[in-house]
Amino acid sequence: MINEELAVKMVGITKRFPGVIANNNINFEVKRGEIHSLLGENGAGKTTLMNILYGLYAMDKGEIYIYGEKVDIGSPKDAIKLGIGMIHQHFTLVPPFTVTENIILGYEGNNLILKTDEAEKRIMELAEKYGFEVDPRKKVMYLSVGEQQRVEILKALYRGAKILILDEPTSVLTPPETKQLFNILRRMADEGKSVIFISHKLDEVMEISDRITVLRKGKVVSTVSKDETSKRELAKMMVGREVIFLLSRPEVEVGEIVLDVQGLFVLDDRGLTAVKNVYLNVRRGEILGIAGVAGNGQKELAEAIVGVRKALKGKIFVEGKNVTNRPPYELMSMGIGYITEDRVGKGLIIDLTVKENLISKVYSAMTRKLFFLDKDLAERYSKWLIKEFDIVAPSPETPAKTLSGGNLQKLLLARELAIEPTLLVASQPTRGLDVGATEYIRERLLEQKKRGTAILLISEDLEEILGLSDRVAVMYEGEIMGVLPVKDANIEDIGLMMAGAKRLNR
Amino acid sequence: MSVEFAVSAVRTTIKAGTPLLMGTLGEIYTERSGVLNLGVEGMMIMGAITAFSVTANTNDPWLGVVLAAMVGGVFSLIHAFTSITLRANQIVSGLALTMLGLGLSGLLGKPYVGMTIKRIKETQLPFIGDIPVLGPMLFRHDPLVYISMALVPFMWFILFKTKAGINIRSVGENPAAADSLGVNVFMTRYICVFVGGVLSGLAGAYLSVVYTPAWIEGMTAGRGWIVIALTIFSMWSPTRALMGAYLFGGVSAIQFNLQPLGVSVNILNMLPYIATVVALLVGTRETVRKRIGAPSALGLPYSREEK
Repeated sequence: MINEELAVKMVGITKRFPGVIANNNINFEVKRGEIHSLLGENGAGKTTLMNILYGLYAMDKGEIYIYGEKVDIGSPKDAIKLGIGMIHQHFTLVPPFTVTENIILGYEGNNLILKTDEAEKRIMELAEKYGFEVDPRKKVMYLSVGEQQRVEILKALYRGAKILILDEPTSVLTPPETKQLFNILRRMADEGKSVIFISHKLDEVMEISDRITVLRKGKVVSTVSKDETSKRELAKMMVGREVIFLLSRPEVEVGEIVLDVQGLFVLDDRGLTAVKNVYLNVRRGEILGIAGVAGNGQKELAEAIVGVRKALKGKIFVEGKNVTNRPPYELMSMGIGYITEDRVGKGLIIDLTVKENLISKVYSAMTRKLFFLDKDLAERYSKWLIKEFDIVAPSPETPAKTLSGGNLQKLLLARELAIEPTLLVASQPTRGLDVGATEYIRERLLEQKKRGTAILLISEDLEEILGLSDRVAVMYEGEIMGVLPVKDANIEDIGLMMAGAKRLNR
Repeated sequence: MSVEFAVSAVRTTIKAGTPLLMGTLGEIYTERSGVLNLGVEGMMIMGAITAFSVTANTNDPWLGVVLAAMVGGVFSLIHAFTSITLRANQIVSGLALTMLGLGLSGLLGKPYVGMTIKRIKETQLPFIGDIPVLGPMLFRHDPLVYISMALVPFMWFILFKTKAGINIRSVGENPAAADSLGVNVFMTRYICVFVGGVLSGLAGAYLSVVYTPAWIEGMTAGRGWIVIALTIFSMWSPTRALMGAYLFGGVSAIQFNLQPLGVSVNILNMLPYIATVVALLVGTRETVRKRIGAPSALGLPYSREEK
């Protein structure tokens, strides 16, 4: 029921951050009852534009009209009053609170004394109307990520949102959950609400949108109707050049087993079993992909293998040697490389310089005369890696924290690959990176494979897993739901396994 | 055991537990909003010296009590300012508050050592105070005891059943979420720290004008630390604080009854503190904290820009 009436009209929006123009004279319109996607790479300015609409950022220039009326949105409060709701990538929920408590928190219409029963009733009505399933009395900490997202949406609807902004809502969902979300969004659009869908995933954009606006480097490339465009065309607009979707996987002779995990159990930070009875092996020259929604034990599995988390039960062999619960430095000297998913928090020491980060794994080799560092050697070593890995940094003395996300990842990759690992554990190696950096990282991984490294690739990005791996293992709630050669894998099956709905016999 | 013995045991338990209860109720609010205030001992003793000196000079213990509460509140604002506005380390700031309070009260209290003052009298509640056994146990106390008892359901109701309460709890759990929903994180935290200070001041006043109507330097004797432990022990709930405070009160009261039986005084004196150490040891383990529901943002300063 798309109506020609405009719900949102943003004219000439400009927003500068120190050093960059995040939004450069952007015009953006959303009709009533339509699902409008904002497509673009990371850093294209999608989220900035929507944060302006939601009152989180003040724009430097431009005008906003909501249902034809010029408005001044100074804070999220103003936006909510105008009927705008926004679901952020990081949920703003209070985990120990119930669904109802989360929804009524901060709501203007509350009396001094909470009327939880009334609120519950209204929530149930809303949920029914849009086809949600929620238990308003359940605590949010016990909900799955998909359910938590639905609470966020309900929160916006409860406040009377007529324009709903979703920032990369599918990045945390399994394929079936995504389908459910799309059903809800479609129903809302049919009701006459407007949905703005921020994404960089082409498939989803093509599936859900009525119209699509592509942003690149803070500017609008074009607004197109879904029926008049294609995935390929959108990709070109988004990146500014043709993208090769399929990586050419080198044919490599797979060798003997390098990593052998037998019946592994690992606890997470809360002391709960995160990895349950996992059996895995990776061979020389092979990439084993671990698919699964984040938080299903992948992180704990990786950490146990590289020795930074204790294995509760089970054994880990590297090149035939039992390395279960050996200290990380011992594993490191055996040639195990680790690309952690938390590159800023755990992978790098971002307050140190690029050089100091690069030599942090090999500093004993850089030592000369007792314990003095060989400065020249360190300098040459880091300069070589900066060049070799195409890291954009003014000098080796640059503090790592000034680097962009893609360059930080290259820095981490350089440090780990420089030791020529026999086993590489790569956890979410391209998460949050733009297309260019992603391509680069993937190529380097394939290059390692060619060199004969055994690679354990953990990723939420199915396309990445299917594109790079030789075999795929799917993890769900700490268990391996199945391992299968990538040529036998199809997205539906893997999706079902990711959601715990299917299991292959081992 | 005779009835008189039981009555007197319960009475001493309640008396010893009351300052702990007041302090704990306050600290529960402070910590529920995400601020850890280790300055309870300091605020308490400032309340004690204020109440004592005001009473000594004006002969009006109630004026002393009210001013003690105010001084406790104002004193706590030092911690609020450093930890909320300046986002300093809350542990350091709280410890500083304790040391400042202990030192300052010792200095100000010098002239009052050895003085006696008019104390607050016990008031028997009408009707229920006449019930045999239960009456003298529970309903023949001074008004501060009743106030502290009444505060328990009142503060529980505010915390769990009102808009203000859900705001307080959300600020302590996820300030970013609360902020995005229009809850004023800074104001909420300031108010909660102030409430904590007021109640700690009141607890101090109870010690110096009711419990032992005299001024002795350092007379809080670590009760502020027991309060910190009790806050964890009660899992940040006012109703459990009531049980915890009287339990700890009972432990310190029971020594008078056990002493004649030949149990060493020193060991008995240690009991509340040993219990405190145990509660702190258990309560500060990360896994336990999550399970017993410690406010997730406890001790973490909040700023809007940092993600």
